[in-house]
Parts: sequence; C-alpha cells; structure tokens
Amino acid sequence: MMERVLDPLILQRRRETNASFVIAFAVMVALFALLSFVAYPVFLMQALCFALFACAFNLLIGYVGLVSFGHALYFGFAGYLSAYVAKHGTISFPFWFGKLIWLSIPLPAQSPALAVLVGTATAAVLGIIAGGIAIRRQGIYFAMITLALAQMMYFFALRAPFTGGEDGIQAVPRGRLFGYFDLSNEMTMYVFVLVVVLAAFLFIYRIINSPFGEVLKAIRENEQRTISLGYNTDRYKLVVFVLSATLAGLAGSLKALVFQLASLTDVHWTMSGDVLLMTLLGGLGTVFGPVVGAFAVIAMQNYLAPFGQWVLVIQGVIFVVCVLMFRRGIIGELAAFLRVKL
Amino acid sequence: MFEIFGIPSQALFGQLLLGLINGSFYALLSLGLAVIFGMLNIINFTHGAQYMMGAFCAYLLLQYFGINYWAALVIVPIVIGVLGILIERLFLQHVSKLDHLYGLILTFGLALIIEGLFRNYYGSSGQPYQVPEALQGGRNLGFMFLPNYRAWVIAFSLLICLATWFAIERTRLGSYLRAATENPTLVRAFGINVPRMVTLTYGFGVGLAALAGVMAAPIYNVSPQMGSDLIIVVFAVVVIGGMGSIMGAIITGFVLGIVEGLTKVFFPEASNTVIFVIMVIVLLVRPAGMFGRTA
Repeated sequence: MMERVLDPLILQRRRETNASFVIAFAVMVALFALLSFVAYPVFLMQALCFALFACAFNLLIGYVGLVSFGHALYFGFAGYLSAYVAKHGTISFPFWFGKLIWLSIPLPAQSPALAVLVGTATAAVLGIIAGGIAIRRQGIYFAMITLALAQMMYFFALRAPFTGGEDGIQAVPRGRLFGYFDLSNEMTMYVFVLVVVLAAFLFIYRIINSPFGEVLKAIRENEQRTISLGYNTDRYKLVVFVLSATLAGLAGSLKALVFQLASLTDVHWTMSGDVLLMTLLGGLGTVFGPVVGAFAVIAMQNYLAPFGQWVLVIQGVIFVVCVLMFRRGIIGELAAFLRVKL
Repeated sequence: MFEIFGIPSQALFGQLLLGLINGSFYALLSLGLAVIFGMLNIINFTHGAQYMMGAFCAYLLLQYFGINYWAALVIVPIVIGVLGILIERLFLQHVSKLDHLYGLILTFGLALIIEGLFRNYYGSSGQPYQVPEALQGGRNLGFMFLPNYRAWVIAFSLLICLATWFAIERTRLGSYLRAATENPTLVRAFGINVPRMVTLTYGFGVGLAALAGVMAAPIYNVSPQMGSDLIIVVFAVVVIGGMGSIMGAIITGFVLGIVEGLTKVFFPEASNTVIFVIMVIVLLVRPAGMFGRTA
C-alpha cells in the first residue's frame, strides 16, 4: 500500500466532521433515552428497527448510488428465519440424495441472540446471491432486477411451508437474552434493541469513513474513472451490497422479535418502497438522515392509520415533493444550513 | 379430446391461450416502457397505474356515460395519454437532467398517489366489465374452446405492437425519434422540436398502457391494484428482453406469456416465479438481455 499523505486542511475538515458527528450522536442517544419516558416502547422499537433498515439501505443508495428496490427481501426473510428459530428452534435444509431429504439442525428454542444471528446470516447469504446477480447490470436495470428478485422471493414466502403463508409466524416468544435478561419486559427489550441499533449505526459510520468507504463514494461519483484507477469496482459493489443486506437482515430480525411476528408485509415490495421513502425524506447520503426519515415515516403511518388509503397518497406526495424540490432531505437541508456534515 | 404429455389437450391449450393473453399485455406494456425509456431515459414506474387507469376509465365511461367498449378503445388511450402528457410537463421534465434514480422515485411516488386515490374511492375489490356484445361467445376449434374476446385481444394487441414497430422503425417520424434517442442535441440543431417529441412520446407510451388496460377490463376485474403487481413482472420482461429493441420487447412479451402458461400446466407451483427465474438465467448468460445492446 502507498503511504497516504494527508493535507492539513483535509485533516482539519476531518476533525470538524468528527466533532459534529460526536455532538449529533450524543444528541441522538439523549433523545432516545428521553423518548423512552414519553413514547410507547413498541413504537420506539419499531422506529429504531426501521432506522437501522434505512441506514443499511442508505449505505447502498447514498454512498454507492445503487438503487435497490428489493430490500424488503433481506428484511423480511431475516425476520422469518429469526422468528422461526425463536419459536421452533429447528432449522431444516432440503438436500438431494437421490430423493429429497430434509436435514434438520436442532437448536435450542427461545434463544433470542441466536435467532437474531440466524436471521442476519440468512440475509447475508441472500445478499451474496442477489447481489451477485444484480451487480451485473447498472443504473435502472439494477433497480428492476433487485425488485424482480424480491418479488420472486415474495411468492416463495407465500408458498413455502415454514413461513406460514398468509398467517405468517405468530406469537414468537422473545425469550431470555443470554439466559438472563427477560426480553418480555418492554423496557429491557427497548434497551436491547437500542444497543444493537446504535452499535450497527456506529459500524455503518465506520464503513463510510474508512478507505473502503472512500472507494464507494468514488464509484458513486464516477465508476469508469474508479475502474481506471485500478479498483475492482464489482467486488466493492458486491461487498457493500452484502453488508447492506446483512444489516437490513439484522433490522428485520429485531423487528420480528419486537412484534413477535414475521409476516408477508415485510417481504412485500411496498416495504422496499417504504425504506426508500424514509431514506429520501431524511436525506440520501447523510449519516443521520435515515434515522430521522424512519421516525418521521413510522410516526406518520401510525398517526394517519385511521385515514386508510390516504397514507398511500400522502407517501406518494412526499416522494414527489422530495424529488422536485427537496432532494437533500431533512438532514441534508439542515446540514447545508449549519454548514456541517451530518 | 386427446392428451399431450399426459395433459388433456383442453387444459394445455387453455393455459397456452391464457399465456398468450398475458403475453399480449406484457408485450404492450414493455413496448411502452421501452419507447419511454428510449426518449426520456427514465423507467416509468407509473406505467402500471396508467394501465389501471385505462381499465377504470373504460369502466367509468360505460357506467356513467353509456359509452361502449369500441368507443372506449379510442377515447381512453387519448384521455390517459393526455394525462400522461400533463404528468410529463408538470413533473418529469424537471428531472430529465438528474440522475436516473430521481425519475424512478418520482414515477414511483406518482404511482402511489394514483393507486391510493383509486383505492380510496373503489376499495380493493374488483368491478366487473362486460365483454362487448359482438365478441361474446366463442367457437370450438376441435381441440379447444376459443372465446371470441380472447382471440380478439391477442390479434388486436399483436396488430398494435406491429404497427408501433412499423411507425418507429420504418417511417420518417420514427427515424426522427430514433435519431433523437441517439443524440438529442444534434437532432435539435436540425430544427426539430425535441422537447415536444419527448412529451408526445411519453403520451404515446402511456396511451399504449391505457389501451392494454381497456383490453384487460373484460378479462380481469377492474381493480386499483391490477397494475402494481403486473408492472413488476413487466420489469422482469424488460430486463430479459433488453430495452434496446422494439421488436425484442414484443417478442419477449409474447414468448414469456406462453412460457408462463406452459409452466402453469406442467409445474403450477412455479408459475408465479418462472419469469423471474428466467430473468436470473438470462442475466447470468447474457447480462445485456436477449435483444439488448451492452451499455
């Protein structure tokens, strides 16, 4: 590796960025702590899960410029698998030895950490497969391919025996974390979700600000030129795609435990649209944007639920308004106003 | 009655016919998407909603004005096409210079608005639409029963597809269109009003979707979500065909419809997913699509 010589100006800017990040992060954590006294824990946990989902999505759309229209796939399937492990504790794989044999791995049921782990790993595997296929095309095709793959798996979820079809997997036990913390207590569950989401958030921040992240941004700005600089952009795109899918899977696994339910809604394409809306509203390519966007959209969906189909119309209007005059999103506009990077 | 591969001929040809019908709609819709993509460089996510609006427009015309199917076949594409032109003027032209991403999101948002509005007023249940009198009934071909209306849909959509292909590939106007797709700036320098052509192209593509909607109304129920599920399959069709060629879009549409129909006969569990599986295989073998040019 070539030794990197850094301009003092760049170093100073980096320090400022770090400072504004630390302040904003502290504000965010304080808000989460305060909100736990005011808002419903389930609402907060839902918003947190979606915030992580949107951050994972933003890693792809905001930093590499890849529009995935099928992120519900990783979110939803991770939810299914973690719900299944938490409830039944056994995973079966189909194997073909002359005839179809189901190989079952008995796992201790009701172990939430393991459930989340299995769900996240599932999303990673799906990410490797789907990403490997999708990165073969660029731009608009990439969006259409990810959408089509997700739709294919939606039909699979509809038919496969373990997902419970239209009913989904219901009454998933939350269990005891590490055999000690009782997650059926809402507050304990909230702390668990908060810790995991914040850790994942810091991980994403680290990715974005690593040399790897710099290459991602280079691909976003000009893929051809990045290739000419000797980077194997396909490999970078695949790695970040898998990272994004894995983190989306983590969010989906947590959500399945929070709601004690994994259902078809989470794998439907409308979910992919929702996460796009959150990210766009909060600010594409901003660190905090997806979190703000997720809270805004979830709050809107909760408060506007009595208005039925108008939610769809309002979401559509937000999309249109964001694209036409508000492309930086809430946090993007705020950052531009304060002249800092958020 | 005879059997082919252990399948009764009635069932086999029945599903083939259904496949051809679906294929007609895939072809009409992917053709519209390809034409719009060529000129505007956006993938029109509103296409499914516009197809749905076409069906609803025909339904409303019949319900409130007593205007029959044949008149609707002419009026609806014009009405929805004009609505499309309005959408292009009001919204799409503002994102033409931006990243692809924004056109996609914008049309997705518009699709949500349209679908939400229709769901608000008509719920999720479908509205029936009568097959026009002249096309009721059917004929027995010996090996299968062919409903007249379905035969009409296949023949008419094939005719429209071929006419569109002829207009774009073989006429002077079409040559302007193709030239403007390749290099809009140069074509403008020849004194041709390219922005107007872009607008009209969008209107035309939307009109095709609306026409497909009118034809679909008597076959499927007219319902607000009829477009959103279809459009995803059409996206897969477009990826398989590649958007580079008009004829490619038509052929891929019909062939995939037939393949889907055959899958329903031989392996019904996979009938919903077969097009997506084909898409994956095509991407692995020929990333640019069957008829596409590499970008």
